[in-house]
Amino acid sequence: MFNSKDILETIKMIQEENLDIRTITMGISLLDCIDSDIDRSCDKIYEKMMRVAEHHVETGEIIEKRYGIPIINKRLSVTPISMLAAAAKGDPVKFARTLQRVAEGIGVNYIGGYSALVQKGFAAGDLELINSIPQALAETSNVCSSVNVGSTRAGINMDAVALMGKIIKDSAEATKDNHCFGAAKIVVFCNAVEDNPFMAGAFHGVGEADCVLNVGVSGPGVVRSALSKMPDASIDQVADVIKKTAFKITRMGQLVGTEASKMLGVPFGIVDLSLAPTPAVGDSVAHILEEIGLESCGAHGTTAALALLNDAVKKGGVMASSHVGGLSGAFIPVSEDAGMIDAVNCGSLSIEKLEAMTAVCSVGLDMIAVPGDTSADTISAIIADEAAIGMVNSKTTAVRVIPAIGMKEGDTIEFGGLFGSGPVMKLSSFSSSKFISRGGRIPAPLQSLKN
Amino acid sequence: MRAVVAVIGKDTVGILAKVSTICAECNANVMDVTQTIMQDLFAMTMLIDITNCSEEYNVLADRLKVCGDEMGLQIHVMHEDIFNSMHTI
Repeated sequence: MFNSKDILETIKMIQEENLDIRTITMGISLLDCIDSDIDRSCDKIYEKMMRVAEHHVETGEIIEKRYGIPIINKRLSVTPISMLAAAAKGDPVKFARTLQRVAEGIGVNYIGGYSALVQKGFAAGDLELINSIPQALAETSNVCSSVNVGSTRAGINMDAVALMGKIIKDSAEATKDNHCFGAAKIVVFCNAVEDNPFMAGAFHGVGEADCVLNVGVSGPGVVRSALSKMPDASIDQVADVIKKTAFKITRMGQLVGTEASKMLGVPFGIVDLSLAPTPAVGDSVAHILEEIGLESCGAHGTTAALALLNDAVKKGGVMASSHVGGLSGAFIPVSEDAGMIDAVNCGSLSIEKLEAMTAVCSVGLDMIAVPGDTSADTISAIIADEAAIGMVNSKTTAVRVIPAIGMKEGDTIEFGGLFGSGPVMKLSSFSSSKFISRGGRIPAPLQSLKN
Repeated sequence: MRAVVAVIGKDTVGILAKVSTICAECNANVMDVTQTIMQDLFAMTMLIDITNCSEEYNVLADRLKVCGDEMGLQIHVMHEDIFNSMHTI
């Protein structure tokens, strides 16, 4: 018989502390759907995805019921569509419309992979796809896009960085009647990973199997609650309790992943050990940092506390799962985290501090609303800064900023649901245009002489 | 296959009787029961064997949940594997 304390602890985690499986994401390779005729390619995509993912949502629901754990999102990711666009001449938006039809047919809330990997240069299909992103995201509601502009081994493609500033701005403009939501569905990466289950940056890498199941867990509320029981503990004890909690959370993800993969007959990929916040009260990464001892997230010491948290989550989680991957770490999106929103509103958290925080955690400047009149060059410069942090530190970094068209610093843009609401943040008013307009590539960094 | 039934709420007469009646009606064998009082809350955990259960897992879980709602209690039915995986190495 189990210890009833353990049973009640699990129930409390789920009922009161928002423990859940954030997403089960099925990655599907579309390499066998490449065709020189774009319509035929779209037909192949539709047929394959509807067949392979037919029982994805239903399986998630059965598991939810059996174990009593909510699985918040059931999603799909696909091979970067730029590879299909390379062979099929024509308007890449057709691919986005096909993915949208699949999302509606299967009942998943997002499909990721309207993507291009251009860290070293643009291949056939890449530019066409990137240029079509604003229209594709405005026309569809469930398709997500990502572009990888840099890597530790390749450096940073500054032409792509310059272009992405414009694309983000255009995506926000194209959806200005819908909370500028287009921009919330694009992520610009450095060192993008191929097995990420989280949106908007999920895509199915070319090194992956034909079909694979990845799981993303959540649980900031559980970590915060565990820490609140030990107000006077030393930092060593804080790290220990985070590790133990992360272990339990990840074990749950591993169980759900293996079970789902067995039921679907699809190989299990990885558990992404992320602490992913939601706007729900008590489900905040900022509140964990405050529980560790900061008056408000963003105060001096935040980067150190976050580094401790991020590392302890990984250490606890790694032993709990047979395969760990994806983005794995603490997410610090602003609009999706009640504590981050409060910290911005009270003036303790600035974009500069967020940038520093991204150097020690997963993943980057995420869900940050910026003034609507921000120039494309400034957005590109934000991307360049963030990509540089990722490139030099051999980690994944990303930028998902939303130019809030018609709004200025201090206003609030509402996205609703899991995306929350974002205070429009202050940016530097000085220009970066000359730097961005130079174009070219930042060479790959030296991997020795580390200082 | 075994499942854990956890009952949490205010202590009243007949909780164990009602829950075990439903289990018996579904041919689920009660293997172990523990009860504790945490502060004012009554907490009972029950391990049941559902290998020969005459109802689908979901039906049993829903029936117990409805029973809990009627008595003002929370009743959760969860597969034992979740506790095995979360609390043992």
